Amino acid sequence: MTELISRIVGGLNTPVFLTRFLVTVLIMLVSGAIVLGISLLYEGLATYAERKVAGDIQARIGPNRVGPYGLLQFVADGVKLLLKEDIIPFYADKWLFILAPYIVFTVSFAAFVPLSYSDHIAVANLNVGVLYIIAISSVVSMAILMGAWGSNNKWSLFGGMRAVAQIVSYEIPIVLSLLAAIILPASMNMRDIIVYQGGGLGIFRWLVFNNPFTFLAFFVYFIAAIAEVNRTPFDIPEAESEIVAGYHTEYTGMRFAFFFMAEYGDMFVVSAIATTLFLGGWHLPFIGGISMPLWLRDVLQVAVFFMKVFVLIYLMMWIRWTLPRLRVDQLMELCWKYLTPIAFFNLIGASVWVLLLHGRGIYDIIARIIVH
Amino acid sequence: MPAADERFMQVNMGPQHPSTHGVLRLLVSTDGEVLRDARPYIGYLHRSLEKIAERVTYPQFTPFTDRLDYLASMNCNLAYAMTVEKLLNIEIPRRAQILRVIMAELNRISSHLIAFGSFSSDMGAFTPFLFGIREREFINDLFEMTCGSRLTYNYIRIGGVSQDIPEGFIGKTREFLDYFPAKIKEYNELLSYNAIFIKRLANIAVISTQDALDYGVTGPNLRASGIPWDLRRSEPYLIYNELDFNIPVGKGEVGTVGDAWDRYMMRIYEMEESSRIIRQCLDMLAPGDYTAKVSKVLKPPAGEVYVRAENPRGELGFYLVSDGSTKPYRLKIRAPSFANLSIIPKLARGVMIADLIAIIGSMDIILPEIDR
Repeated sequence: MTELISRIVGGLNTPVFLTRFLVTVLIMLVSGAIVLGISLLYEGLATYAERKVAGDIQARIGPNRVGPYGLLQFVADGVKLLLKEDIIPFYADKWLFILAPYIVFTVSFAAFVPLSYSDHIAVANLNVGVLYIIAISSVVSMAILMGAWGSNNKWSLFGGMRAVAQIVSYEIPIVLSLLAAIILPASMNMRDIIVYQGGGLGIFRWLVFNNPFTFLAFFVYFIAAIAEVNRTPFDIPEAESEIVAGYHTEYTGMRFAFFFMAEYGDMFVVSAIATTLFLGGWHLPFIGGISMPLWLRDVLQVAVFFMKVFVLIYLMMWIRWTLPRLRVDQLMELCWKYLTPIAFFNLIGASVWVLLLHGRGIYDIIARIIVH
Repeated sequence: MPAADERFMQVNMGPQHPSTHGVLRLLVSTDGEVLRDARPYIGYLHRSLEKIAERVTYPQFTPFTDRLDYLASMNCNLAYAMTVEKLLNIEIPRRAQILRVIMAELNRISSHLIAFGSFSSDMGAFTPFLFGIREREFINDLFEMTCGSRLTYNYIRIGGVSQDIPEGFIGKTREFLDYFPAKIKEYNELLSYNAIFIKRLANIAVISTQDALDYGVTGPNLRASGIPWDLRRSEPYLIYNELDFNIPVGKGEVGTVGDAWDRYMMRIYEMEESSRIIRQCLDMLAPGDYTAKVSKVLKPPAGEVYVRAENPRGELGFYLVSDGSTKPYRLKIRAPSFANLSIIPKLARGVMIADLIAIIGSMDIILPEIDR
């Protein structure tokens, strides 16, 4: 990016430091807008997909009226939500109430930034990408509590307390599982982690296949991630049949839509992390060795990355429409009695594996044995 | 209204709440997630049906019985018709009796399907609800063929039924009966034996045999507590004594006898038994009159009767006093859900909010017959 900036600045005839600053801001704005546009489009389509998947599972059709195959349903929904009356309860804590949805949405959107979509496409190539995402998604629990408390509604308060308890608890197995994967590439940079998983036909060097501990860590991560994004069977903070709508009970119109979009954004982010850390990111399976133009490679890589993410999202939807909900104490039990100890065991196991075998995965070992 | 205790949070669950099955209002006082107690407040659906009965003639009240337990209108019609017939001392033709049993049992299945479905959605699994609705649709179609309506049938009249079954009814019913067992198996695989579902319900809200008797709990809820009391067997009416069917009793398959899971499972078993009953009735169906000769104006002799019948939700009783005129002098309705509701405060003490939902759902109460 620095190179790009100097190239643009070099062609202009103004004081360097000012132009440099303006161009940097401009590039940030443009790339931010692109990501925002793509993520909004994705969120719209994801709600459509969710409804279609649900319809398929529940022996019904799902949206099919607006646009071809009902594809524009999300536009209609968006317009409807925009035109709805924006109700702020009289006794609400107005600042908290108004701020909460924006924070939730901003945070979920901000987590798109360090993701590496292909070899050359990323908004920011952060060297602490994983840490950044974990840190920034923790803010969600605060924003949810703000909204829940600010609503001045007892059901919202229940939902908020449940959400905070759940998200804070499940962050532990998530971080531990991610650590078990991170110690192999020894980097928190999303791109480095993916590059580390290259080779082996683009499949066998995925971290999930690296050793038994990372394999287990992937499942621990995925279960905890479903809890992190509040989806069935862990949708306790917004358990409709118990506490009405949980923390967003009092929200209407666009404010509600922000919570809603944030949920789908979070789904993408947790799936993208799983893809990046465990499932080889954008590496092309089988055809990675074939020489092809750079743009084609990038396009294919983006496609592969999104395919993997969407498979995981589909899995989440499938689980959601199949399983009943856990009770709040059972949820905590699952986290503290099962997932957290397993995740600790994974971390230790993976560390020992790295120490003894110098980070060689099962594939490398087998390949070596065959070669010799 | 009890004086609010500062240590506990008072929350109104209902009358508008996703899982209070209508307009039940529970005043819940909680210590966080744990309930101290829950008091039901009823009457939001009061339509003074008992008083209306004193102002209309005997046949004119039949449509009002549809509005008692609207999910089992046929059974309510049946109980009322039997009450007036006992007062009038009318003999019902055999074909009409068999038709009544067929309709009552079909309605029992459709009512239990709703109970199954709404309970599953209370537990956070929405898909089984739609599966239940899908099968109920068949039964609704059968009823529509027979009497033109899909919810409030007004089909079983004093003296028999309003009209004979149409052509093709028997074939379609057999089709449904052949199709249904596979679906019950599907329900069991999807929900009944789901690990999370069992975890949520086993040993929750146990009604002991003595409690069930003390509170006048009837129907599947009573049988789940281990008492094989079913009016179709204990005090046979119509042609039930000629039919071969089992009375399912709670055995504590996954927990204690009389827990929420047992109560839920009773309904699944009863759907199977009702299917058997309908099959036998279809075989017994011979040509004949579908109604007895009943004069247009009914003037029963002065006197009083009490007749009860086994509704999907328990014993529905009609206590009818006649003064010899064309209108009842007094009609008292013994609604099963009313008695079943009365045990909820006892069960709700010290459980969690999510369990309260399980309690309400597993009791399968219906508000219109409680409020009348």
